[in-house]
Amino acid sequence: MHYDERLDGPLPEVDKAALLARLQRALPDLRLLHRREDLTPYECDGLSAYRTVPMLVALPETLAQVKALMRIASDEGVPVVARGAGTGLSGGALPLEKGILLVMARFNRILEIDAEAGTARVQPGVRNLAISQAAAPYGLYYAPDPSSQIACSIGGNVAENAGGVHCLKYGLTVHNLLKLEIVTVDGECLTLGSDALDTPGFDLMALFTGSEGMLGIVTEITVKLLPAPPRAKVLLASFDSVEKAGQAVADIIAAGVIPSGLEMMDNLALCAAEDFAHAGYPRDAAAILLCELDGVESDVDEDCQRVRAVMENAGATDIRQARDDAERQRFWAGRKAAFPAVGRISPDYYCMDGTIPKRELPKVLAGIEALSREYDLRVANVFHAGDGNMHPLILFDANDSDQLHRAEALGGRILELCVAVGGSITGEHGVGREKINQMCSQFDADEITCFHAVKAAFDPQRLLNPGKNIPTLNRCAEFGAMHIHRGELPFPDLERF
Amino acid sequence: MGDRTEALLERVRAARAERRPLCPRGTGGKSHLGRPVDGEALDTLGHSGVVHYDPSELVVTARAGTRVSELIATLAEQDQMLPFEPPLFGGDASVGGMVASGLAGPRRPWAGSVRDFVLGTRVITGEGRHLRFGGEVMKNVAGYDLSRLMAGSFGCLGLITEVSFKVLPHPRASRSLQLRLTGEQARERILNWRRRGLPLSAACHGGGLLRLRLEGNQGSVDAAVAEIGGEPLEDAHYWQKLRDHRLPFFDGAKPLWRLSLPPATPELDLPGTRLSDWGGAQRWLKSDADADTLRQLAASAGGSATRFSGEEPEDTPFHPLPAPLLRYHQTLKARLDPDRIFNPGRLYADL
Repeated sequence: MHYDERLDGPLPEVDKAALLARLQRALPDLRLLHRREDLTPYECDGLSAYRTVPMLVALPETLAQVKALMRIASDEGVPVVARGAGTGLSGGALPLEKGILLVMARFNRILEIDAEAGTARVQPGVRNLAISQAAAPYGLYYAPDPSSQIACSIGGNVAENAGGVHCLKYGLTVHNLLKLEIVTVDGECLTLGSDALDTPGFDLMALFTGSEGMLGIVTEITVKLLPAPPRAKVLLASFDSVEKAGQAVADIIAAGVIPSGLEMMDNLALCAAEDFAHAGYPRDAAAILLCELDGVESDVDEDCQRVRAVMENAGATDIRQARDDAERQRFWAGRKAAFPAVGRISPDYYCMDGTIPKRELPKVLAGIEALSREYDLRVANVFHAGDGNMHPLILFDANDSDQLHRAEALGGRILELCVAVGGSITGEHGVGREKINQMCSQFDADEITCFHAVKAAFDPQRLLNPGKNIPTLNRCAEFGAMHIHRGELPFPDLERF
Repeated sequence: MGDRTEALLERVRAARAERRPLCPRGTGGKSHLGRPVDGEALDTLGHSGVVHYDPSELVVTARAGTRVSELIATLAEQDQMLPFEPPLFGGDASVGGMVASGLAGPRRPWAGSVRDFVLGTRVITGEGRHLRFGGEVMKNVAGYDLSRLMAGSFGCLGLITEVSFKVLPHPRASRSLQLRLTGEQARERILNWRRRGLPLSAACHGGGLLRLRLEGNQGSVDAAVAEIGGEPLEDAHYWQKLRDHRLPFFDGAKPLWRLSLPPATPELDLPGTRLSDWGGAQRWLKSDADADTLRQLAASAGGSATRFSGEEPEDTPFHPLPAPLLRYHQTLKARLDPDRIFNPGRLYADL
């Protein structure tokens, strides 16, 4: 999945030595990496199956450096790929051989915690969890908590519109932002949003959130902080079929309860997690649900009773409430360790990120099972059940090139299944490079053309992270030739080559 | 009630061919907002109806011409709601207008904005194509987020034909109180209650009274009422009247201004009568003061000022944008609506 100029568009030829000399002359204090051995550590992000050594790596520390670098890059016509902590799972920060990798990791200061307003102003390289840690003395926290929150940067969270296990109640990154400072491709500063709850003009902050670094470089972020909920309780319910567990999820929501977390794991996933983390999961269950409720004590108790009754009615074979915080942490530890746990039962795994309407869960799980047999690869299912975000984990051995190809093909088929039932190819990991072909299943040529129009408004030379997120029509024509989109032949008007 | 997509597409294509601007219009309750546009009214009310509603998914999809009152009633049958409490100026609103204006009611600071609850939109673009962005799922980060961009765009980027929303269950308990406090006392109390997570869902100060609404489960609401004290709010319909601008405050000939400010902003010395909603983040002002004065006051506090009513012709009722930001608004508009057929000039003269 390397950048393919034939399908993804030509990239300018740049004289590396001349560019390096110009940057060093203009920005003597900017840390630049240019030797092969220094560049290699940056060849991939969290999706390590895809690797490309960048032409140059820049590690700016000041806004002035970012602005000047962007001005030079624009002038020279060099592509720029922005990167935070590099934990993304979709190859959104995969470098380009002919491009600069702009690493924002040194923008790592928390500039201000305003406890009165309930906001934090931070630089993009600050780690997600570090914000909550800095806010904790004030009884506040930053709600979105992607599973990589120890390591992932808030700038990357903005670029991907990151989620986590608490989205149903607390929203995605976009719901927890107030203001972004941006450097445009020309090196100009823009402020999107404000410290007020709304801002005149178009909601460009929402547009930039999740745009995968393709519209501008985020240099400062103001996030909302929430009061830490005084109480959290967790129920662990076992089911003898995934259908019943799925029904319980729908019934909990229909009963008017919004859990702060509602997670499902199937038998393969829960057994792997149990062997790894000893969370106390029932190994004989076909599926388990973890349901967390938070808020003030009396509300949480009330909702716990309600959820328990719903789970019983839906046919839970066993329901346990964590007796104390230690047990609650243990219940969660299993879920949070699900990915590494699956990593222990298979040489490699490939994590998918489709979303579906919850009612389609039984159908989609049955479809995944059939595909799993067809491709002869095991699939473990971990599921943010409350918001319909599935993480099927495809087990394979990367040393066997046939297995790797089967895993990729199976993953693509699973995502197309999600689209077919009205879902999306990505709930929180982003399109990046990984799902660039599946974009052609979710969107038609007119919609993709519209995305390109938006891109052109902010980056007409397409220098910011080219090749990610939005496929070219050429790519869709070639890839899409194999597929039928919404019952129609794809791109009938487009010339084939 | 029905699907009039084809008729709407035809209107847009014809307007495009003749370079005739269109002014999308629902019930017209917000037509006084923004600059006047010299264009043909495009009535969306015929394109109406709830297309899909599944309470256990917390998702509803409705066509742009659907009356918001009807949508609210449909949700209420299942004990669910649009959490952002959209205003029904003049008695009703359309789903398209609700999203295009992005206006929200008293619950906004605690529940979120219109944009926060948009999951997907279908839009007819300036190219005369009917496109779909986002969808009916809670999490969806494929492609650029054009569906949320439509919220608050005042119909300048395309014709919204259908919107999917996240909805929430109605709170089980709701109590409203009033307390006699100065503006500054009210501000301090609200900040304190907010930081401690009390279940506030509305807070409006005016005329020496702080009016509060508390919503949640019974236990937390009862505990908060016991702690806060005060008296029960006299007017049972106060929050709807505030939402829809039917309080006596909103009467009278003086122009109405809306100041959107950081929530912790202290009392400002504003020339005119004031009503401070959203716990202080949205301040209504009836005032004859000139626009520059009010805009400077709002901007120096980190916010903005928008003229909401008033007959005097004025170039920009919306707070002006910094030059680079306006330029990007213009390029985006030019890319999505190259023939300038959707509400040209409604937000700003050169947009």
